[in-house]
Parts: sequence; C-alpha cells; structure tokens
Amino acid sequence: MTTAAHQQPATDKNASTKGAISIRNVTKIYDPKGANVLAVDDCSLEIAPAEVCMIVGPSGCGKTTLLNAIAGFHSITSGQIDLDGEMLCGPDKPLADQGADRVVVFQNGALFPWKTLADNVAYGPIVQGLMNKADAREKAISMLSEAGLSGVADKYPGEVSSGMARRAEIVRALINDPKVLLLDEPYRAMDALTKSIMHESLLEVYDRTRVTIFFITHDLEEAIFLGDRVIVMTTRPARTKKIVEVKINRPRDYRLLSSEEFRILVQETKEAVHEEAVKAFEAGERELA
Amino acid sequence: MSNQGVSGHAPTGFQYFLYKTWKSLKTPMPYLAFAGIGLWLLTYFLLNEYWKIFPFFKIPGPVEVITEWLSRDPIWGTSLFTEDYYINIWVSCRRVIIGFALATVLGVPLGLFMGWSKKFKDYTFPVLETLRPIPILAWVPLAIVMFSGFETPIIYLATLASFFVTALNTMLGVESIDESYFRAAGCLGSKKRHVFINVVVPGSLPFIFTGLQISIGVAWFSLVAAEMISGDYGLGYMIMASYMVNKYTTMVMAMLTLGLVGWITSAMVRAAGNRMMRWRAKALGQGGV
Amino acid sequence: MGKASKRQETLGARAKALVSDLTFRRGVLSILIFLTLWEIGFRFNEWFGVMVPFVGKVDAPSIVATRWSDVVLLPGYWESWYLSMGRVFLGFLIAQIIGIPFGLAMAVNKYFRGMFFPPFEILRPIPPLAWVPASIIFWPTTELSIMFVTFLGAFYTIVINVLGGARAVDIQYLRAAQSMGATQWDLFRKIILPGTLPSIFIGAAVGMGITWEVVLAAEMISGGGQQSGGGLGFFIWSSYMGGVMDQVIVGMISIGLAGYISSSLIRYIGYRSMPWRRMF
Repeated sequence: MTTAAHQQPATDKNASTKGAISIRNVTKIYDPKGANVLAVDDCSLEIAPAEVCMIVGPSGCGKTTLLNAIAGFHSITSGQIDLDGEMLCGPDKPLADQGADRVVVFQNGALFPWKTLADNVAYGPIVQGLMNKADAREKAISMLSEAGLSGVADKYPGEVSSGMARRAEIVRALINDPKVLLLDEPYRAMDALTKSIMHESLLEVYDRTRVTIFFITHDLEEAIFLGDRVIVMTTRPARTKKIVEVKINRPRDYRLLSSEEFRILVQETKEAVHEEAVKAFEAGERELA
Repeated sequence: MSNQGVSGHAPTGFQYFLYKTWKSLKTPMPYLAFAGIGLWLLTYFLLNEYWKIFPFFKIPGPVEVITEWLSRDPIWGTSLFTEDYYINIWVSCRRVIIGFALATVLGVPLGLFMGWSKKFKDYTFPVLETLRPIPILAWVPLAIVMFSGFETPIIYLATLASFFVTALNTMLGVESIDESYFRAAGCLGSKKRHVFINVVVPGSLPFIFTGLQISIGVAWFSLVAAEMISGDYGLGYMIMASYMVNKYTTMVMAMLTLGLVGWITSAMVRAAGNRMMRWRAKALGQGGV
Repeated sequence: MGKASKRQETLGARAKALVSDLTFRRGVLSILIFLTLWEIGFRFNEWFGVMVPFVGKVDAPSIVATRWSDVVLLPGYWESWYLSMGRVFLGFLIAQIIGIPFGLAMAVNKYFRGMFFPPFEILRPIPPLAWVPASIIFWPTTELSIMFVTFLGAFYTIVINVLGGARAVDIQYLRAAQSMGATQWDLFRKIILPGTLPSIFIGAAVGMGITWEVVLAAEMISGGGQQSGGGLGFFIWSSYMGGVMDQVIVGMISIGLAGYISSSLIRYIGYRSMPWRRMF
C-alpha cells in the first residue's frame, strides 16, 4: 500500500473519501481530419466514494469518451476531472496519466490471450513492482479461487467461457486495490442467463470491497439492478439528461427483478432513454471509435 | 519416413496420430491423394520415358531419376551414396540457416520498433519501402562487388530477402494488436518496457511466425538464384552445374532434393511457431499438450 | 457534407496536405539522409583516404544519377524495359488464366481438391528458379522458357490464395442465397467469385513481385548473349560483366521502379473492382 501511495500521489488516508470522481464542465471535441465532432458537451457529474454509478445512453453518445478521459486513454478539450481531490486532467493537462488506481474492464474483454488467468491477474502487482512473481501468483490464485475460478487458474483465456474470462478480468482489476473500477459495457455480448450470474458476482464483489464503480451500459435493467444512481445521457453531444436515484437496499438479489419498485424505476428510465435513442437513430451516425 | 515426421510433432503423441490416421482412412481423401500423385507420376512416366513425346523426352523420367538417386554406382556421379550430394545439401542448408538467423535477429526487433513507435516507423519505413521493390536478384552483381568471395555475397542475398519479409510481417503483427491490450496494460500500471515485453512481443508472435515461414521460403528462393549465378557448392550450383555438362538426371535429382529440404525447413519453422504459441493453439481448439 | 467536400478536393489541395503531413516529411527526410550517408560513404576514400567497408565500393547516388541521365537516351535501355515488361505480363496473365480456375475448382469440389492438391503441394517447395535449366532444355526457345518460369513463379501463389479465399467465404452468404432460390451457378457466380476477389488480388500482388524476381533471374541466367537477350535482368548482368557498376545500380533502380509500377497497377484494379472493400 505504501508503495502504491508513493507511485500515485493520492490521499487515501481517509477510507471514506476513496474513489470520489468529480467531472466538471468536461467538453471533448474530436477532430479527425478537420471534421469537428462534439462528443461530450459541458458535462458535469459528481460521483461519491463507493458509489455504483451507471451511465446509460444511446450508442455512440460519448459515454465511452468520458470513461476514456478518466482512464487516461483520451484527452479532453476543456473542463476538469478530479479523483479524490487530485486533478487527473484539466486545464494545461488534457490527458490523464494511466494508473492502477482506475482499472478498466473492457467491452470485448482484454485479458492477455498469451497469459494464463493466474498470470493475467498477477500482472498488475508485478509490473508496478509491488510484489515479486511468486507472491503475486500466489495472491492471484487465491483471489481467483475466491471468485470461484480455482480450477481454471492455469488455463489460457481462450480456453475458458466468456463468463469466466470476464470474472477473471474483474479479479485482475481488483488485485490492484483500485479506487475506481471502470466498466465499459462488459456484459454486452452475453446471453441473459450468463449476464444474471455476472451481475450477482459483481454485486458480491462490490459488497465486499466497496470500490467506486463507473459502469457504462445499454441495458436499463442491468443499470437499475446494479446501480446507486443511473445517469441518462443525451445523444451526441453527451450531456446528463436525467439522473435516476435507485434507493433499493443492498445486498440485492435476482428477486428484486420482479418487484414493483424495480419496474417503476425501469419504466421511468426507459422513457428518458427512448427519446434519446430515437434522436440518435434518426441522426444515423456511426459510433466514434 | 513421413510417418515419423508427422508423429514427431503431433500434439498428443503417437496414439493421437494413429487415431487421426484411422479416421482419415474412412474418408476418400487419402485414396484421392494417392490417385492424384499416382496419376501425375504416371503421366510424367508415359510422356517422358515410355512414349518419349517431344519435347518431354528431353527431361529424364521418374524411373531414370529414382534409379540414379538410389544407385550405389550412379552413372552421372551423384546419388544418395556419394559424398558430394551431402556436401551440396549441407552447404546450402548452412547458408540458409545463417541468412535466416541473421534476418530474424535484425528483422524482428526492427519490425517490433517500427510497429510500436510511429516516429521510428516514419523515419525507417520509407527507406525500407524504397529498397524493397528491387528484386533480390538485382543485388547479385552489387553483392559480389561489395563482399568478395563466394560465401558472403550469397549469404548476404539470402539474408536481405528474408529480412524484408520478417521486418514487414513483424511490423504488421504489432499493428494488428488490439488497442485494448495496450490500454489494459496501461491501466494496470505498466511502464513502457513492460508493455513491450508483455504486449508487443507476444501479441505480434502469430504474424512474426507467418512472416518467418514466408521468410525461410524466400531465403531458399534467393539462395538458389545466387548459387546458380555465382556459386561453388550448394544445391542451386548443383542444378546449374549439371545442366551445363548435360547431366540432366542429376539436375532433376537436385531439384527434387531442394523441394524436399525446403519443405522440411519450413515444417520446422511451423513447428517452432506452434510450440511458442501454445496459448493460441489451445484457444483455437487444436488440441492441447 | 464530409463526402461532398472530399470530392471537391483538388489535386493541388491534396498535394498541399501531403507536404504539410508530418509522416510524409519525415519519410522524405529519411530517404535524403539515406542518400547522403551513401554519398559520404563512397566519397570518404576520395576525401580522407579511408575506404568505408561495403558502401565504399558502391558508386555514389550522384554518379548513378549522371549515368542514368545518359542511359535514358539509349534506345537499348527502353527496349530492356519493354522486353521485361512483356515477359512479366504474359507469364503473369497465363498464371492468372490457369491458376484462378484451378484454385476455384479445388475450392468448390473436394474430390478434385483431394486429387490435385497433393501433387501440387509436392512440386510447390521447389523454387521456381530451380526450374530455369530444365525449362531451357524443355522449351524450344529461350523466350518460351523464360515465360514458363515466370508463369510458375506466379502460379503457386495465385492458386494458394484463390483456394484459401474461396474456402473462407462465409457459409451464411451461401445459405442466404439458397434461401432466395439461387442455383448452383448463381452461387458460384454471385457469391463465391466476388467473395474470393480480395484473395485473388492479394495473390496477384504477391505473385507480381515473385514474377519480377523470376524474370530477372531467368534473364540473367539464360539471356546472356543467346538468341533472345535483352530485358532489364540482362541489362544489369551485361553492365556488371562490362564492369560498369553505376549502370548496374541504374538497372537495379529501374527494375525496382518497374516492379513498383506493376504492383500499383494491380492494387488500383483491385481497388476499382471491389467498391465494397478498401483492401489496400
């Protein structure tokens, strides 16, 4: 932990402030070959520590742009993003540094196919110089078995099901003890049954670690089932259109899905999203990379 | 002989090989292959040796070549039982191995850096692309002038040919790596060298090995040409020299030997590739170890 | 809006964009550095009396350029271009005409493939150049034998690419066509052929490169002073025999240029005939 603090000069002495993201007036203009595309327009959002913040909106609306800005994959044009009061990116520093305090779980999965699951999980601590190889592997294997993956620790990602791979990817993120988990539609390509298993295991992880989660999705039921708040974004350029507070107690389980309050929340969100989806569909633009 | 070769690198050993053979015997494929090769040999025999049709009879037929090849007392002085047959094979093989190794040692790192760094590519790729369209054979006179003797110019030509192929394929390999692996490595706290070792190198391996397979073929191609034009020993020289003194049987023998040796070397490269990319074979479901 | 403005973009504007492009400027710079180093490497002996190994023996770009400006005035030089180009295109064309149907036939009929692929695979590892002497013996004229070897060089690549490409056509397209009532011939003509087109062009581009290699070698080996001399390969070889090294380099650059032009031509045809795919 002390080594991590030395690498990432963040103030995590106080556990309650761990993982607060503050997005203020962020604007992003893509400029591929002179075509100015306004992807995110003056977007502001405060995410509390240990919050599960779900972002929904039509395809290509700029949700991923926001995630990329937080993770440090893309620069922002103006505005500022802070993590626990430290500036990630802002004026004079458009591109955030990439770091293991904000780990991303990718849309199509990005476990290294040439490393076994255990080696994938052990990768973070090893390259950050926090542990030696043997210790990291040991911890990786124990964390994998906690997630119910003990039997496949020495298999390659190509040999296990996509559900297992995705779970291992979350373990790979958690081993770094991140402040924020950034998930970019991680369960997009999964069937409904696998998805519900994934949801329960993510909730279980959240209840255990209380890590801040920034979760992008298209699936409204997923958003409400998992989230504390659901942020509905407008079609491009992205702005916050509506914020739905999900005041349902944790721990949650699948029985919630058939409850009345759940359905009311879904309905409420759906109306807002649908309007934007129609606008996006009529604009007919392709998604930005 | 071919049986030994196949079972040697069959993934799950001899049993698996037997099983595969047994399965394939139930399909028409092996019989068709047999018929096809038989038909080809028969046509060759009839045209060249039996009916002696113009101009086919000018080239020695299969019976004549095989008799000579297996003869302890060859009419034209070269067969499986004479020393100079093996000297020629050895000389060619040594040259190819040296050229191929040099090209790999130089080409793979160059390709890796070209694929990894845009700036490095901008400065080196144009020079490579300017030189590449010049056929290797056009270098022969220059090589003879630049390097004296027989050995160095020939090795230089073989190296040059495979170098271009290897460097280019490696570069394409790096460029083919999904962006999300770089991002994943970044957000897990990798430094540049970690990304290089853990993402760039393994991610481009499939392309590198495709490149190496082509490159060894190209090395043989250029070697033969160089040996034919200016050589003292080697299979290319053997072909040219026996042509010059009308030992056509020896010439055909050398051609077939060349095909065989070339095939064996590429099979070896392929086997090495499969060994180094076990993660890939497993992912593709081609059997485990 | 983006598309319309692209169409209106004139050649001049594109050239301007190219000059201001960082990659392009770096590329030009790198080639200039390369030429300068080569020039210095050669002149070193003259200036400082120290022979630079290897490069010191290769005539400097300035000498080559001077020689080139003389050579372009000779009709023989252009005749070499003409002869080599003719051989390449004829051999290449024949390889396409025989190779594409052969590859397609192997792809659509597994019995045909089962029978003809094995002998094909046995002959394939023999480098085309190894056929040069046999081909000279076999064919009545040198011209024909060069053509044969050229054909062989492109043939293998084309067949392999056509076969691979045609077998990789997504079965869903075939099913979709069948469900709409396509006949066998329709499937072949409307699905398999266009589906294989990208591979055909990749094979052609690679085959073109090999063709140039082979023509050159065949000309160097066989063309020396016999009835059908000439060609760029012979140009290089006779310059070398005459000890005119700068002319050898002129020949090398010329043949590189010729190869580059031919493969650009193939790329262009591929680009035009496959509007649904920007492959290069």
